[in-house]
Amino acid sequence: METTYNISVFTENSIGILNRITIIFTRRHLNIESITASECEIKGVYRYTIVLNTSLDQVQKVVSQIEKQVEVLKAFYHTDEQVVYQEIALYKIRTDAFANGTTEKIIRDHHARILSVDKDFMIIEKTGQPEELTLLFDELNVFGVLEFVRSGRVAISKPMKTLEAYLEELEENNH
Amino acid sequence: MHCLLEEGVTTIFGYPGGAIMPVYDALYDFREQINHVLVRHEQGAIHAAQGFARTSGKVGVCLATSGPGATNLITGLADAMIDSTPVVCITGQVASHLLGTDAFQETDVIGISMPVTKYNIQVTRAEDIAPAIAKAFFIAATGRPGPVLVDITKDAQFGMVDFTYEKCTSIRSYIPKPKLVHAGIQQAAEVLATAQKPYLLVGQGVILSEAQDALLKFAEKSGIPVALTLLGLGAFPANHPLYVGYLGMHGNYAPNILTNECDVIVAVGMRFDDRVTGDVSRYAKQAKIIHIDIDPAELNKIVKADVAINADAKEALEELTKAVTERDYPQWLQQFRELEQIEQNEVVNDAVNPPDNELKMAEVVDLLSKKTDGQAIIVTDVGQHQMIASRYYKYKGYRNNITSGGLGTMGFALPAAIGAKLGNPEKTVVAIIGDGGFQMTIQELGTILQAEVDVKILILNNNFLGMVRQWQQLFFDRRYSFTEIVNPNFTAIAKAYSVDATKIEQRVELDEALNQLLNSNGAYLLEVVVQREENVFPMVATGASVSEIRLN
Repeated sequence: METTYNISVFTENSIGILNRITIIFTRRHLNIESITASECEIKGVYRYTIVLNTSLDQVQKVVSQIEKQVEVLKAFYHTDEQVVYQEIALYKIRTDAFANGTTEKIIRDHHARILSVDKDFMIIEKTGQPEELTLLFDELNVFGVLEFVRSGRVAISKPMKTLEAYLEELEENNH
Repeated sequence: MHCLLEEGVTTIFGYPGGAIMPVYDALYDFREQINHVLVRHEQGAIHAAQGFARTSGKVGVCLATSGPGATNLITGLADAMIDSTPVVCITGQVASHLLGTDAFQETDVIGISMPVTKYNIQVTRAEDIAPAIAKAFFIAATGRPGPVLVDITKDAQFGMVDFTYEKCTSIRSYIPKPKLVHAGIQQAAEVLATAQKPYLLVGQGVILSEAQDALLKFAEKSGIPVALTLLGLGAFPANHPLYVGYLGMHGNYAPNILTNECDVIVAVGMRFDDRVTGDVSRYAKQAKIIHIDIDPAELNKIVKADVAINADAKEALEELTKAVTERDYPQWLQQFRELEQIEQNEVVNDAVNPPDNELKMAEVVDLLSKKTDGQAIIVTDVGQHQMIASRYYKYKGYRNNITSGGLGTMGFALPAAIGAKLGNPEKTVVAIIGDGGFQMTIQELGTILQAEVDVKILILNNNFLGMVRQWQQLFFDRRYSFTEIVNPNFTAIAKAYSVDATKIEQRVELDEALNQLLNSNGAYLLEVVVQREENVFPMVATGASVSEIRLN
């Protein structure tokens, strides 16, 4: 059965490691729904959030292949229920479309923010879960959305164990 | 060069070219300390490095230039990756300011080699070369071994730095030797305590962790019958009373069939390859599985383990030996012997002593095995001759079975035998090759000529791509689509390279010809013309279960 899994990967900061991780998916004909990467709470350690729809068996195998990479410190997988996750979206609309009053209400109702206003266009930002971002898009699109972009998902798992604890374990195992 | 000496490297295989010239220039000053073997194609260099590594237990090293030099290594990297062979490849790269410009002989070798290396790294500054090489040797040799590629730009090769070399001994994100969890050993011992028909399946992991003695002790104490995979051959003596044979598609009859009758499997350093399992959904479903492997990604990958032990084979076997009680299973072993007799009567007797006039591959290998007492290093290529060699050669030596298992690379044997001989000058090295595979790397006869490598080449010639032909016969209505080969005069080619050669077609000539091959002074080629349409049996057809193994 296919489920959405949030894979978190912690890696060293090196050229090519992103490629090493993505080819694990390519080789198994798996389509990555979204992928984001940035430095995490420990300096020099990068954290990836990869969203994948697949079976439990497959995600387990993928995670063990990811962990097998020399420069990967640790990888985990979680279902949506086991994580808190968000995405960010930016919407570009015509400034004159805002003048009608309805748009203002939409933005307020969705707790969206106006990031920048230009003579011709304005940029609106909304953080939330994918359905919420799509809903705002649909409502704004009645007046015409010029551009729409969504980040990949970022997710933090609910269990308390920190990466630091895992790193200590790694350190121990290495001796 | 200093880095290589620090790592104890004495032999390297390579081919020069533009982007690796500064390294070759340095090599010129180290001719006394480092034996550089000039191959005829980079694929030859890496297979030779693999043959060297697998027979000696050391890291194999090869050098190649950028672009085509580097891409020619890819097949060998893939082979070393899937067969867990420690190899370090150093490739030249265009100068760093030219990266990504489609410069002459520039190729993205890091990108291309990524899926087929355990680790790879590009170095663009001279001061990063020594740490990169140190890391490469450490990663290649430790844990589950594998190939590592270091790509060095030409400007980095020219750069001057004060040389300091520190061996790499640990990497934060890499656990080469997982800590043995004793609970797993205890659990395994408990499962074995009540077993009636336990069964040991052993792979190359035992050889790689040098656990042959530990395996022998464990088997003898626990009394469990032992079967070996293709790459595991040699891990357990073929003449031991507990040895029951060779697993897999063309393995022995008893070990395949009884896989589906045992009650506990202890799999050590093997990865349940599809050529071993046949149809996985009908593989050992009745048995409890204890799986020991150093690579955690292998555990539960193909076959779910009831007890998964992520550990070095030697350490795990030693601990498990302490934890088990002394047992023996005479009736269970008898079951193997009875089936073995069936295989002996229906397959082996005729293969080794054929009733008809034409020579058969099996009788050639059988005689070779007897003449060398199972002690020669046997390097095989891929196909029928490979399966025949693995079936009929009785491996008794240490690291003396070298073949391309996982990747099935035709053309592997000749260059790998060169590496094997250079790594083991005191041993007899015999390359058994089919007429097809020989022509894939036949140019390495030039390496044998120039480096004066004493390799005994045994060509089993049936004028067919025999294994594919066998499948065409059995599964494609004998439609022999492009498997018939018109061959050149192999002995004339060998002689052109100053390699003495003989061709035989008659049984009466075989004994003398093999003596000549083995006793020759230097390299020798013996071509044996064998039955054209000989099939390898037993056989587990694709999609069949191991218990459906065919005898004919």
